[in-house]
Amino acid sequence: MNALKRFKDCYFLYSFLRDPLAVGSLAVLVVLTVAAFAAPLIAPHNPYDPATIDIFDASTPPAWTPEGSEKFLLGTDAQGRDILSTMLYGMRVSLIIGFGATILQAFIGIIVGLSAGYFGRRLDALLMRLADVQLSFSTYMVAIFLGAVFQTAFGMANYETFAVPFLILVLGLAEWPQFARTVRASVMAEKKKEYVEAARVIGLGSRRIMWRHILPNTLTPVMVISTVQVANCIMGEAALSFIGLGMPITRPSLGSLIKAGFEFFLSGQWWITFFPGALLVLLIVAINLFGDWLRDFLNPKLYKG
Amino acid sequence: MSDEPLLDVSDLTVSFDFRRRSLAAVSGVSFRLARGERLGIVGESGAGKSVTGFAILNLISKPGRITGGTISFEGRELTALRAEEMRQVRGNRISMIFQDPMMTLNPVLTVGTQMVETIRAHAGVSRRQAEERAVEALRKVYISSPERRLRQYPHEFSGGMRQRIVIAIALLTSPALIIADEPTTALDVTIQAEIMDLLLKLCESERMGLILITHDLAVVSQVTQRIAVMYAGRIVELGETARIVENPSHPYTRGLLAALPQSAARGRRLAQIPGSMPNLTTVPAGCPFSDRCERCESVCRERIPPLTAKDTGCLAACHLLD
Repeated sequence: MNALKRFKDCYFLYSFLRDPLAVGSLAVLVVLTVAAFAAPLIAPHNPYDPATIDIFDASTPPAWTPEGSEKFLLGTDAQGRDILSTMLYGMRVSLIIGFGATILQAFIGIIVGLSAGYFGRRLDALLMRLADVQLSFSTYMVAIFLGAVFQTAFGMANYETFAVPFLILVLGLAEWPQFARTVRASVMAEKKKEYVEAARVIGLGSRRIMWRHILPNTLTPVMVISTVQVANCIMGEAALSFIGLGMPITRPSLGSLIKAGFEFFLSGQWWITFFPGALLVLLIVAINLFGDWLRDFLNPKLYKG
Repeated sequence: MSDEPLLDVSDLTVSFDFRRRSLAAVSGVSFRLARGERLGIVGESGAGKSVTGFAILNLISKPGRITGGTISFEGRELTALRAEEMRQVRGNRISMIFQDPMMTLNPVLTVGTQMVETIRAHAGVSRRQAEERAVEALRKVYISSPERRLRQYPHEFSGGMRQRIVIAIALLTSPALIIADEPTTALDVTIQAEIMDLLLKLCESERMGLILITHDLAVVSQVTQRIAVMYAGRIVELGETARIVENPSHPYTRGLLAALPQSAARGRRLAQIPGSMPNLTTVPAGCPFSDRCERCESVCRERIPPLTAKDTGCLAACHLLD
């Protein structure tokens, strides 16, 4: 009860509520996330269940057009799946991959950045060169390479089951240096402060000082990059799906839906690509706007006054 | 008083290695501290006072290292301890208090968390017991309603209160020795007296040794029993506080005392020591103080004077007093 009251009075909430853009973007984000994870409950059809799909419903345009059907609000794709339902299910896949990959990146990046910044010297040089090497490969190159290897090794049939963890792994491994560099920089600044010296004087061990004393003081920039990275990972996954190395069409993400519809785009069936595309844009913009607000709030140098 | 001293520092030398050469920030420093005794280390900035303090805890950061001498504490040789053993001494038998209480408390952890952590790092007690001890310690330094205060963050306290909390943390493990590195410099004058009083009282009641590192002779003369005056990495005078303050032998100590505002006659210009302390690369050959000394003679420029007993009953390092 007390904690709730303190939250109500705090500056964080006050400043959040005074920024309509922040409130709006978070509201959109919450609605989309809830809709995505409640997909099995609220979606009108189950796109994973072949029994409910009728090939005669294929390529039905949205409900408000002359040939539209009441049954399918946003129309159907070439296999007769309801676009709205596949979008909801697809957004869930996109969000899981986006958050999962960011968590993996943060996990690797924090461990590497913390050790590099705290121990310095040779370990620092080694880990940071490793990060440089990693960054010199583009994300997509890593993903295409690993994707090709994986698909040949396990075959397409197995790929479908492992696609989500695989994409999380690929995107996570490709961009951890973002976190590692940021964390290292703040650790190096924090390390010189007296409270760290005081902790050593108290007789605490390195591991405890690193995780309990330094890490919490470096989390501000980590939170800011996290929001940017979630958006980046969702886009990265969409791009990989678009070139056919992401989610298979049987378990579509937003990217694979865009790709699936793209073949029919020029023959006039615009809705298959358009709606998933618009949803992807909305999702990314909402995450980025919220991230911008968070960055402004957490950076005292940028107070709007 | 037991015959074995609490702390026996002998011929301590701390050097900082640079690419070309290594510079001694502290050279040949020796002193003893009996159980419950209070020693003041006085000197200008850069005289090697803080480095001496850190050396006792074996916490000299690179590129510095202890290159010579011994530090024996409670009969154990600290320079020879392994890192793990040394951690058990730090914060447990020897505590340290720093200058700026704003900086020494971690801003993102509550005071209680930091206190409990300290206790549990050295004693195998439960969280509850540790909290009770923390409350007890806060009460000792006169923090009101300590149970509530434990849940607060450092920014919710005033400067003087924060320094009292730092002292409480230093006392948590009932150490035998406290090293206070300019504990009152960052505080305003009224609070300074309050903190020094508190520290003095606690040292007496818990029979703790205290090494007070400061540039403030007035503070030292009120609190300590003995003084070591440091200049350019060496002790230039060592002896009982009362004797040194009343009858200083070394020209540098005399200069310091003459420069105190209260020792000047009303309306006169304050006395000063001409020049400034040499930095480590420009220490003159012979007596390090020779360049600024009014009575400098040729012998002063040739040989470093040893620290020897003088007529005043103190040890001083000066050729001209023999």
